[in-house]
Amino acid sequence: MSRFLIHRALIALLVAITVSIIGFTLLRLSGDLASALAGDTATQAQIANTAHLYGLDRPLYIQYFDWVWKALHGDLGRSLFTNEPVTFLIGQRIGVTVQLSIMSLVFALLIAIPLGVVAATRPNSWIDRASLGLAVLGQGMPNFWFGLILIIVFGVSLRWLPISGTDHFSNFIMPTITLGTSVMPAIMRLTRTGMLDALDSDYIRTARAKGLSTGSVLFKHALRNAILPVVSLTAVSLGFLLGGSVIVESVFALNGIGFLAFQSILRTDFPVVQSIVVFVSFCYILLTLVSDMINAYLDPRIRLG
Amino acid sequence: MTSIERDRVIISSPAPTYEIEIEAPSPHMIMRRRALTHPGFLFGATIVLATVLIALCAPLLTPYDPYAQDLSQRLIPPVWALKGSWAHLLGTDAMGRDYLTRLMYGARVSLTIGFGAAAIAGIIGTSLGLIGGYFGGWVDSVVMYLVNVKLALPGILVALSLIEVFGGSVFSVTLILGVLFWDRFIVVTRSVTQQTRVADYVTAAEAVGASRLRIILGEVLPNVLNHIIVIASLEMAVAILVEAALSFLGLGIRPPTPSWGLMISEGRNFMFFQPYLVAVPGIAILVLVVAINMLGDGIRDITAPEGRN
Amino acid sequence: MSEPQPVLRVEGLSVAIDTPSGTLRAVSDVDLHVDRGETLCIVGESGCGKTMTSLGIMGLLPRRARLSAKRLELEGRDLARLSAKDRAALRGDRMAMIFQDPMTSLNPVYTIGNQMEEIYVRHGKGNQKQARERAEYLLHKVGISAASSRLGQYPHQLSGGLRQRAMVAMTLMCEPTLIIADEPTTALDVTIQAQILHLLDDLQREYHMALILITHDLGVVARMADRVIVMYAGQVVETGTAEEVFSAPRHPYTRGLLDCIPIPGKTRPGAPLGSIPGMVPSLFGPIASCQFRNRCPQAFADCARAPVPLRETGPGRADRCLLPLGTPAQPRRASEALGAAE
Repeated sequence: MSRFLIHRALIALLVAITVSIIGFTLLRLSGDLASALAGDTATQAQIANTAHLYGLDRPLYIQYFDWVWKALHGDLGRSLFTNEPVTFLIGQRIGVTVQLSIMSLVFALLIAIPLGVVAATRPNSWIDRASLGLAVLGQGMPNFWFGLILIIVFGVSLRWLPISGTDHFSNFIMPTITLGTSVMPAIMRLTRTGMLDALDSDYIRTARAKGLSTGSVLFKHALRNAILPVVSLTAVSLGFLLGGSVIVESVFALNGIGFLAFQSILRTDFPVVQSIVVFVSFCYILLTLVSDMINAYLDPRIRLG
Repeated sequence: MTSIERDRVIISSPAPTYEIEIEAPSPHMIMRRRALTHPGFLFGATIVLATVLIALCAPLLTPYDPYAQDLSQRLIPPVWALKGSWAHLLGTDAMGRDYLTRLMYGARVSLTIGFGAAAIAGIIGTSLGLIGGYFGGWVDSVVMYLVNVKLALPGILVALSLIEVFGGSVFSVTLILGVLFWDRFIVVTRSVTQQTRVADYVTAAEAVGASRLRIILGEVLPNVLNHIIVIASLEMAVAILVEAALSFLGLGIRPPTPSWGLMISEGRNFMFFQPYLVAVPGIAILVLVVAINMLGDGIRDITAPEGRN
Repeated sequence: MSEPQPVLRVEGLSVAIDTPSGTLRAVSDVDLHVDRGETLCIVGESGCGKTMTSLGIMGLLPRRARLSAKRLELEGRDLARLSAKDRAALRGDRMAMIFQDPMTSLNPVYTIGNQMEEIYVRHGKGNQKQARERAEYLLHKVGISAASSRLGQYPHQLSGGLRQRAMVAMTLMCEPTLIIADEPTTALDVTIQAQILHLLDDLQREYHMALILITHDLGVVARMADRVIVMYAGQVVETGTAEEVFSAPRHPYTRGLLDCIPIPGKTRPGAPLGSIPGMVPSLFGPIASCQFRNRCPQAFADCARAPVPLRETGPGRADRCLLPLGTPAQPRRASEALGAAE
């Protein structure tokens, strides 16, 4: 198993390096960053000055290595807009995004897994169809729109929940529901399919033949097998939530890194953008590695080869 | 009949043989029968077709111009509300443009981007999947490495950045989405190719000396085709959702082009008093995406070989 | 020797399965009984209902299947009248089952030891420690060396033969009086098959449990059976002791089955083997005639007129055929070599 994990780790490293290059070049594709920064009315001399100021006149690969070197020492540059260190900006807002992502994931799991298990134990019943219908709805609904509808209904008409700000826990309720419903369907379907396959298998027939209780058959034997791919999907979903929170953060005016990235893109604040893109990617890579490890641990066929 | 001495009998005997004559229906007949009785497929297909027709025939269906502003007719609610009128079935927006018309023309944007992005993603993903799955070895490793890189990148953020750089026309958005969402194509194509590759008929073709390209296109591709169609429909739905989100954020389709996402964004400022401005385009997106998903699932069920029952 | 004590008594067992195309009669009116220390083999081709019969006895039928029986008694206890919970309490304890493929029949994420011990604990036979000791003892008994380390291993770490031995050991945890083995050797290599059968034989000699062996392999029947039941299209078509059925088969289907086996020393090399042409009849709708007549070389008019009753010709000896007793066989494509030995 360790050879398998080392192999995975090496690939992850390679991917991480590639991603950092891509993140680095993303905003520079617009051609001339210097003139964009200098403004529309800048003269040639002013543009050249700006370029030199930000080190944009050096060859690209030098800029890249310079940035990587500094990043490895904890210096991600400064925002072009506020001049604050990028690390500070990210640190300020990462808490909100992480809190939102984790809450959404937990919310999704609390609904998806029980629903998936119940749907699998009663195939084609009303609850099975209802949960599939819910999944279809969740996958089809634009989440920013759902967020707005929630705001209209609960924030304004009913006045139950606050509609913006981050100071209170209740601020996170609607965003969590919004974001959670976008990842819930896939997890539910995977749980359901996994349970259906498990319940159909020979070892469940053996478990029943041994006279084990229903609870033991369902949870000790079937779910334990069905849950393996769900764990992977959960880890991957967390990565996706970290990167995809920009929309929900915009709708609910939450000050997370997604919203920061969005604002920075609009302002061509490339130090911030490239750092956030790379940071989110690294989180995702790390999460997939963790999910591989958990998978390998949970499945004795992989753990013991 | 001779007696059989127990200890001399061979320990294992073959299972008794019998001839079976079954009249099996052709695969096409099976599929057609399934298609006509599958409620999800029928629902999905109907809605999608209706949307396509509406989008194509929009100029014929509505007298209004989606770009024509008439500030004297601003914010008229839909016909079912108090101040609604039959002249504007779904009301008008903040610029006095007929909402139903905007909705119909918006369908063009969604469908174009949806189809286009799915097609581009399909071509890229399927080609890479076929190559990786067929050749294996280091070629496959390269393909998997590309997939991993793509998966690690946060799609929305990258899309936003690229649109900021390249502009928000229908063409560029389609291209950008197509280039960013091919992972599912690769994964499935690659695994199906790997399975097909070791099938006997492919080995036979190789033995006969058929060229690799011919084998890939002639033997492997047909097998992959129905999987591709299913995934294409799913990716189309995703593309429509993502475009809506991008336009909503302001970094997608630029006004005054009617895009459902953009309409929601424009309606946001008024949503507390005129919620229909936000509700209507959202429902349109929801219905279309759900229909496409059901269509895709339906196609998967219909073309599935006899197996899970 | 004491009187044989019947462990299992089944009368009129039927299993019907609801399908979209109608009701399938998987099993029709099966009678059987097994005593302590006795081995009953149920023979037949795939789909003849032998597995459904065993699942019906165990109470493991799939959701859409319905069981009905005039009598279904295990050690005198009426199984049909029990609640599902009480049924489950008997499974693994008084009656146990071994399945065909040991790789898929064991849960891949739990150790062998865990899967064995849970039976013992669940049926209240003792605590975890005692369960472990018993599991180790039984693994050793079925011929698995290094039993204690095997307990901590996972199914994929054992070879096919060892896995099936472990499954056999697993069924013995609570010392049941009835063991049903459904094609226990089909998925194994030929040499391992012999070992497993030998093992079952030894264990039965020691524990005196009733053993029902389900198989399509007549070699297994010849080796293991005290009594035989031949099934076809969900019905019992012949019963008797192994000697009776092998030496003087009455039902044309049984005769056909035996015809298919090449016999060293008797079958001339190069001579055609018997086969049974035709196909199994549909299992939908009520039985209106002999189910075998379409493939029977000796069918006549009466065979099509009405369902054929089971005719008893001796204690435990019966067949479902209208041919008068003593009618010689007329195999369709008999090997001439056999004919010469008459």
